[in-house]
Amino acid sequence: MSNASTAPSNASTLPDGWEMVIGLEVHVELHTATKLFSASPNRFGDAPNTNIDPVTLGLPGALPVLNRKAVELAIRLGLALNCRVQASTFHRKNYFYPDLPKAYQISQYDQPLNIDGYLMLPGDVRIGIERAHLEEDTGKSTHFGGSSGRIHGSDYSLVDFNRAGVPLVEIVSRPDIRNSDQARQYVNELRSILLAVGASDAKMEEGSMRVDVNVSVRRPGEPLGTRCEIKNVNSVRGVGRAIDYEARRQVDLIESGGVVRQETRHWDDAEGRTHTLRSKEDADDYRYFLEPDLVLLDPDTEWVEAIRASLPPLPAARRAGLATLTGADKESEAVYVVVERGQDVYVATVAAAGGEPSRTLVYVQQAFAEESSTPRVPAADLAALTILERDSKVTATQAKTILAELVANGGGDAAAIAAAKGFEALDTSAVEAMVDAAIAAQSDAWAKYCAGEEKAAGALVGAVMKASQGKADGKVVTAVLQARRAAG
Amino acid sequence: MVPRFASVLDIARDIREGATSATRVLEEHLSRIDAREGEIHAFNLVTRDEALASAACIDADIAAGKPVGPLAGVPIALKDNMCTRGVPTTCSSKILEGWKPPYNATVVTKLHDAGAIVVGKTNLDEFAMGSSTENSAFGPTRNPLDTSRVPGGSSGGSAAAVAAGFAAASLGSDTGGSIRQPAALCGLVGVKPTYGLVSRQGLIAFASSLDQIGPFTHTVADAALLMEVIGGHDPLDSTSLPNAAPQLGVVLDRGVEGLRIGRVVDMPSGSEPEVLARLEAAFAALEAAGATVVDVRLPSLEYGLTAYYLVAPAEASSNLARYDGVRYGMRVDAPDLNAMYAATRSAGFGAEVKRRIMLGTYALSAGYYDAYYGKALKVRRLIADDFAAAYGSCDVVLTPTSPTVAFPFGDKTADPLAMYLCDVFTIPTNLAGHAAMSVPFGTGAHGLPVGVQVLAPALGEETMFRVAAALERAS
Amino acid sequence: MTEPVRDTDSRADRVLDDAVVAKVARLARLTLTPDELTVMTEQLSGMLEHFRDIDKLDLSAVAPMAQPLPLKNVMRDDVVQPGLDRDEVLAVAPAAEDQRFRVPPTIGFVE
Repeated sequence: MSNASTAPSNASTLPDGWEMVIGLEVHVELHTATKLFSASPNRFGDAPNTNIDPVTLGLPGALPVLNRKAVELAIRLGLALNCRVQASTFHRKNYFYPDLPKAYQISQYDQPLNIDGYLMLPGDVRIGIERAHLEEDTGKSTHFGGSSGRIHGSDYSLVDFNRAGVPLVEIVSRPDIRNSDQARQYVNELRSILLAVGASDAKMEEGSMRVDVNVSVRRPGEPLGTRCEIKNVNSVRGVGRAIDYEARRQVDLIESGGVVRQETRHWDDAEGRTHTLRSKEDADDYRYFLEPDLVLLDPDTEWVEAIRASLPPLPAARRAGLATLTGADKESEAVYVVVERGQDVYVATVAAAGGEPSRTLVYVQQAFAEESSTPRVPAADLAALTILERDSKVTATQAKTILAELVANGGGDAAAIAAAKGFEALDTSAVEAMVDAAIAAQSDAWAKYCAGEEKAAGALVGAVMKASQGKADGKVVTAVLQARRAAG
Repeated sequence: MVPRFASVLDIARDIREGATSATRVLEEHLSRIDAREGEIHAFNLVTRDEALASAACIDADIAAGKPVGPLAGVPIALKDNMCTRGVPTTCSSKILEGWKPPYNATVVTKLHDAGAIVVGKTNLDEFAMGSSTENSAFGPTRNPLDTSRVPGGSSGGSAAAVAAGFAAASLGSDTGGSIRQPAALCGLVGVKPTYGLVSRQGLIAFASSLDQIGPFTHTVADAALLMEVIGGHDPLDSTSLPNAAPQLGVVLDRGVEGLRIGRVVDMPSGSEPEVLARLEAAFAALEAAGATVVDVRLPSLEYGLTAYYLVAPAEASSNLARYDGVRYGMRVDAPDLNAMYAATRSAGFGAEVKRRIMLGTYALSAGYYDAYYGKALKVRRLIADDFAAAYGSCDVVLTPTSPTVAFPFGDKTADPLAMYLCDVFTIPTNLAGHAAMSVPFGTGAHGLPVGVQVLAPALGEETMFRVAAALERAS
Repeated sequence: MTEPVRDTDSRADRVLDDAVVAKVARLARLTLTPDELTVMTEQLSGMLEHFRDIDKLDLSAVAPMAQPLPLKNVMRDDVVQPGLDRDEVLAVAPAAEDQRFRVPPTIGFVE
C-alpha cells in the first residue's frame, strides 16, 4: 500500500472547529543475529524458550553486554531519519510484569542515541522526530482461561522469553501529524526507510514493527489537549481507523461537557473502538535511574560518518530521481509504486539503453508488479519497445500487448513481435483521412462534439478504430479530432 | 591470638613439590571443619565430595607430570552469593534456598582453572546486607576467636572459614566494607579491589556500582596471589576494566621508603581508644620504615554513610526485583499475579532486606528522586573529589577498618543505624570506586584483633600492597 | 549534558507517614501487616531524619556520580553463543506448562 497521494492531505474526519493532534511511537525490532545484551539468537517463530541465556532470563549474577551491530543499525536508522547522533546513556525502567525477566527494562531515558530528526510526507509535509533510542524487548505472555482470550477473567498466563532482550529502536515523532492519512503515510514511509537501510524488516503482522498512537484534540490556536495513548493497533489501516475513532470520541466527549482523561486505551479492531485499560493498582512509577551495569555509549565521529557514507539512496531521494528522469510527479502513484518495488534502478537502466523514460515508467508500473527489483526483461528489449511507441510504429494498445509478451517470456524482439502480429500504427495522414470520413459519416456526433460535449468524441473515435482494425493509435485520433474542432 | 594456619603460598608450594598431596591438605581442612563447624556455622554448604574429587584430580595430574595452576590443591571457600554451577547458591536467603545456578561466576572459573579446591559456600548477611552476618536466613556465623561475638559482615562466613582454618583462603564481596570489616574482626587480610578490576559476572548483585569481589587470607602475599588469579578483564562484564590482573607478589618487598601516608585529620569520631592506638602505632611503624606521614582532609567523608544508604538500597531495590517467583527460586502461590509477587517476596526476604528495598524504592520514586537519590549521587562526587585532592599530597591513606573490635551478638541489632555505623571508614572507598584493604595490626579490647585500613586511588593496588606488606612485617 | 526534567526538590511534601510507606510497599510488591507497617514507618523515618545531614550541603554546582568508571563504548560482536537448555531451566521453574513459565492471571484490566 503506497503513499501516493490519493486524498488531499488535509482531510479530517472531525467537525468544523476541531483539530486533531497526533504523535506516533513506533517500536521496531532490529535485524541483528543476536539480542541486544546477550548472545542468544534474535529469531522470530522458534519454539518457546529456546533462545534463552542467563541475561535473557534475568538469572542472579547475569550482566548485560551491548551488541555493536544493534548500535550500528540504530545509528543507520537515526541518520536516515535526519537525526543527530549523540553520546547516550542507558537507564532502568522498573516495573513488575511476568514478561519482564529482570523486573526492569533497560532503555534510554534523558540521553537517547538519536535526536531531532524528521521525515517528509507527500505534499512536503514535515513530521519531526523527537528521538529514536535503543531498548530491549520483553518476552511474550499468553493468557488462558478467560472466554475472550483477553486478560480480564483469565485463569493463568504462560510466558515465552524468546523475544526478551531482542533489540528495539523506539522512534518517537513530534505531535506534528494532523489527520489519519498523514499517520498512515508516516508509517508507510518509515517502513520504506527501515527496509532501505536494512535496519528492520518492519512487519506489523509479525510484530517487528509496533505502532502506538497518541491522540488529542483542540480548537485551532488553543494549547494542546489531553492526550490518550492507543495500543494494540496492528496494521496500517488500523492506525487510520483508530485515530479517526479516538479523535471523534474525544470531540464528542468534550462537546457533551465531559473531560478527556489522560490514559492508555486499547484498540479493538473487530469492534472499531477504543476501550479504557484501567488498572486497579496505582499507575506505575518507573523510578528511572542510570543503568549501573552499562557504560557510556559515545560513537566516535569516524564511525558515524562511515555509517552515513554507507547508507543507500533513501526512498525520498529515489523518488525524486525517478521523477526527474521520467518527468512524472514525485508524488504520483507510478513513482511511489516503482520505487517501493525497487525498480527505479531498472527504469534508469532502460533509459540509459536508449529507452524513452516516461513510457518506461508506465510500462514498469503496469506490467512489472510480479517482477523483482531486477526484472528479467533485458533493458535493451524494453527500450526498443518504448521507441516503437514513441515513433508511432505501434499504438499504445499494441504496445501493451507486446509488453505482456516480453514479460511472459523474460524478453524478446519487440519489432519482430509486432510484425508477427501484424501490428503497425497507421501514420498520421492516414489517420486524418479516417477521421474526416468518420466526421462525414456521423454529423450528429460531430455537431455535439463541436458544441463542447466531450463524450460525443467516443462514437467518432470508435468508428475510426473499427475502420482501422485497431491500427490507429487512439491518442492520435483524439488529437486529430481536437485539432479539427479547433480549426473550425 | 589467631592460630596460624598454613598459608596459600606454602600449601601450593608443598603440593607442587610433592611434600604433601592435595587430598591430604584437604582432609586436614575437612577435619577442622568437622571439629568446629557445628559451633561456628561458617558454611551454608560444605561441598565435601566435590572437593575430594577435585583434590584427587589434582593429585593425579601432578603424579602424571602435567602442569597445574598456581592454586593447585589449595582449599578455598566461596561466599554464597557467587554462582557455582550445579551447586546451591542462596545468598543466605529463603527466596533462593536450593537454587542451583546453571553457570559459574567468572571468578569461580578462574579459581577452577588455577586448580583451587572449593570446600564450600559460606554464610553471609542475606543478600550481602549487613555488618555482622546476623541477618542470614540460615542462622548467624560465630567469630572463631570468640564465639560469643560476631565475625563481622556481610562476608562473615568467608572470614570465619579462614580464621578457623576451614579454608586456606576465601572470597567475599564488598559493597560498603563487607570484606574489610570482617577481615578486621577476625584478624585476617581482606581486600576490596579497585572497582572493575575483578569481574562481577556471576556475583549476585546487591549494589551494582559498588560491589566488588575480593580475597580473605592470612597473609598479604597470599592476598597478592589471589588477586592475580581472580583479577583481569572479563568481556562478560561491561564494567570490567580493560586491564589485566595486577602482578602484586613482586612489589611486596619494595618497602615504603619515600611513600607519603595520609592521616585524615577530620576523621569521624566514635572509634574505640584501642583501635585508635593501633592506628597510631601503624603510622609510627611506617615512619620508622622510611615513609612520611602527611595530614589530609576529607571533609565530605562524614556524609559517606548517608550517600551510601541512599545509593546502595536504591540499586538493590532494582536488583532484587527479579526475585518474583516467576522463573526460579521460591514461589508462594496466590490467586493473582500481584498477590503472588507480594506473598513470595514477603515470605522470602528477611527484615533487613525488606527495609533496604523499601528505602531504595522510596529514594527513587517520583517526587523524591531529587531529594534523596539525586542528592546522594552528588555527595558521592564530593567524596571522590575529596579523595582526588588528598591523593595529590599522599600515596595512600590510613584509617581504622572498623571503629570497634568484634562485638557481641545482639549488640547492634536493635537500631539499624547503629549497625550501619560499623562501615563508616569502609563505605567511602566503594563510593569512589577505589582500592582498600584491611591488614591485621595487633589487638584491641578483650585481646581481639584490630585491622588497619590502607586506602589507595583507583588502580593503586601496587602501592597499597607495598604498604600492607610493611605493616605486616611490623605487626 | 542536561539533567532529565524530574520532580522538584520540595521539602514540604517529604512527610513519611503510613500512607506513603504503604504506597512504597505496593510499588516494591511487599506485603506489610499493620504492625510491620508501623515499625517500618518508624525505622525509615529515623533513617531519613539522620540522612538530612546532606541537606546542608550546597550541591548546586556538583555533577552527580552514578558510576566510578571512566569507561565507554564497551560492546560485543553480533555472534550467537550457546545458551541455556530449555528443559533444564523449566525443570527448576516454580511452575511450567507447555514449554513456558506459568503464572497466575493478571487481574486489573477493566473496561
